[in-house]
Amino acid sequence: MRSDVLVIGAGGAGLVAAINAHESGAKVRVITKEYPTRSQTCMAQGGINAALANAGEDSVEAHVQNTLKSAHGIANEDAVRFLCESAPDAVEWLDSIGVCFSRTKDAKIAQRALGGASAPRACYAQDYTGLKILHTLYDRCNALGIEMLSERYLLNLITHKPTNSDAYIGGATFLNMRSGEVESYEAASVIVATGGYSRIYDKHSTNSTSSTGDGQAACLRAGARLSDMEFVQFHPTALKGSSILISESARGAGGYLLNSKGERFTNELAPRDEVARAINEEIQKGENVFLDIRHLGEEFIDRELPQERKLAKLYENIDPVYEVIPIKSVAHYTMGGIEVDENSSTKIEGLYAVGECANHRVHGANRLGGNSLLELIVFGREAGRNAAKYAKVFDKTIEVKEQVKRDEEFLLQVKEFSNQIDFYEKRTFVGNVFYNNVGISREEMGLREALDAIHKIQKEMPMMGIKDRSKIYNTNLVEFLEFANMIGLCEIVLVCAISRCESRGAHFRSDMPEQNDKNYKAHTIAYEENDALFTDFAE
Amino acid sequence: MKIKIARYMGIAQGKEDIEYEVGLRDATLLEVLNEIKTKQDATLSYSSGCRSSICGSCSMRVNGREVLACAYKVQDGDFVEPMKNSSVIRDLVVDMDKAYEFNAKAKAWQSSIKKGVDLSQENQMLNELQSDCILCGSCYSVCPVYAVNSEFLGPFALTRVWKYVSDKRESEPKEKIDAIQTNGVWDCTLCNECTLVCPQEISSKADIEKLRMRSVVSGYSDPSFATSFSPFGGTSFDGSPSF
Repeated sequence: MRSDVLVIGAGGAGLVAAINAHESGAKVRVITKEYPTRSQTCMAQGGINAALANAGEDSVEAHVQNTLKSAHGIANEDAVRFLCESAPDAVEWLDSIGVCFSRTKDAKIAQRALGGASAPRACYAQDYTGLKILHTLYDRCNALGIEMLSERYLLNLITHKPTNSDAYIGGATFLNMRSGEVESYEAASVIVATGGYSRIYDKHSTNSTSSTGDGQAACLRAGARLSDMEFVQFHPTALKGSSILISESARGAGGYLLNSKGERFTNELAPRDEVARAINEEIQKGENVFLDIRHLGEEFIDRELPQERKLAKLYENIDPVYEVIPIKSVAHYTMGGIEVDENSSTKIEGLYAVGECANHRVHGANRLGGNSLLELIVFGREAGRNAAKYAKVFDKTIEVKEQVKRDEEFLLQVKEFSNQIDFYEKRTFVGNVFYNNVGISREEMGLREALDAIHKIQKEMPMMGIKDRSKIYNTNLVEFLEFANMIGLCEIVLVCAISRCESRGAHFRSDMPEQNDKNYKAHTIAYEENDALFTDFAE
Repeated sequence: MKIKIARYMGIAQGKEDIEYEVGLRDATLLEVLNEIKTKQDATLSYSSGCRSSICGSCSMRVNGREVLACAYKVQDGDFVEPMKNSSVIRDLVVDMDKAYEFNAKAKAWQSSIKKGVDLSQENQMLNELQSDCILCGSCYSVCPVYAVNSEFLGPFALTRVWKYVSDKRESEPKEKIDAIQTNGVWDCTLCNECTLVCPQEISSKADIEKLRMRSVVSGYSDPSFATSFSPFGGTSFDGSPSF
């Protein structure tokens, strides 16, 4: 069952990596826990940034500067420059493979303003940008005959550590959800593209229930490092009741934020960290906060924001053409992730990571809207090419049996857990604790309280477990494994948040509201050795 | 509020309709299923993802009609079943692999790849709606053709083909038209059920009709029409297609 390149995750990053690895001559296999086209990428609404200047004056340099400013000093300027310089070509490529971008009157790709951008820079396809990009990438994979396997849940990466040389990858193990069997897939190189971990906030997140950080957790277990895990972006405008995203493009088009008195209280187009904090402050004062797009008019809303109208009607019972939309800020994007170098390579040979699960150091402490879809294309391409190149000269041995055996034993063990404590209750509890204590505004006491709660849950894990013992399509089991992954990441987020005694971008400490470049203009790094967690700061 | 769910736990246990009572009001079906799974019965299996009608994971049937669980408000007495035309893996989860494969069989992709082609607003609007498809498979489930032809390319794959065929950036639509002649556009009964259940308001039936016209322009004709009504095969005396 060996392939040259194994891509784990079939969202935007994974599919772009797969396409490029294939085009570099590698035999590629993509494996996802859902189906391709069902990943988080389809939820991206606003757009993809590229300084095309189709809707107003713009330049690559302005894109670079906006991105660096929003990153608050901890982005890698070379990486940001590469991202922004590659953007026009990335969008052109998407256009060439058939993405239905909205157009200007003179037949160019339409662009609109998002927060923190000095120009209308986000290329969009109504408010379905991510959906249309993802589906077009899927069609391209079909055109190239790339193998895509669905409903297989990542268990572990298979690594080898010869004495006196570096560890290298050999594939990964999965739980085939349909059969309940552990499967192994050998590969010379592996690209992890499994998305973010915003679901640690449970219902206080815009994300799909699949954003559970499986890739980060597996990489950590395999010996790779994670970085900047404390930086979690809160999207200013999610529907109040359901946490469903209302795109930034609603504000980009001129939407207002209002409090209960009907007053505007902030610059709606500031970067997301600032707007989310302003909203949070209003809510702390006892105000309700609303997004008002009534003045944009029905015709505009139906043309540019059709999904927003549909979602507001369905989930809040209000029609934004006639009424204001009740909103709150919730977890949306995780800047932190698997530590990679400029080649998307982790410290394990042959193991690459890309997309939200990775940290290419382009978003720093706060991502700009429109830069995440861009990152998928630009770095997905690099990761795919580099993984294919590595696989071409790979000549080491791979041994999978041991890992399969360990995983089978682990799953049997999980089925024996005593199940006295309901993990679904704990999942809700952790989400609430994180939203309150590790959210938009943090302080040491609250963070320590949350860490105590996580440590307690870690101890209680064997008293949790699953109620469904069956083999076939056991979502109770998968959700428990996801929960276990999330709890591991929760600990890292907290340890890093506690050690960063300053405020920077999305990490706002009310007890230390100033940015402290002297001590903390650095990246937090987390890794495991002999089952113990270590964290550190690094340049 | 009571709802009934068609459970299936594998061949050994067989099928069983189980009734659940839930205290939620004005809730989506997905919220109700989550409530049952996390509070009452952890063995209930279903797929879901974005909970905002965009990932296409939670399609199922309520009272015989295809819905997205996250977009359907539950009524007392509702009966929830898995989708049709795909094998049930467990409970409300069906195996969509075969359905998905029809996208590749129908060659639903851009064939001519050229950068920097200008596309007018008008031309972009030609297939904007078709590119809203979320591949939930509702149209596939409701399609009656599968009762007689399990190899029918089906509504969503054909809509996808129309998306690319109608795209002004595509300069080689011919191979796609060729790919949809067998088990394709002519197998559709034009019953319009797919249109009625589509959560994105796409009409595959209308797209299939447009593809039929394109097929005819490309020299193809309705094979059933040709064999049943024309003694001379698919073309008239002068060689032009008959329709």
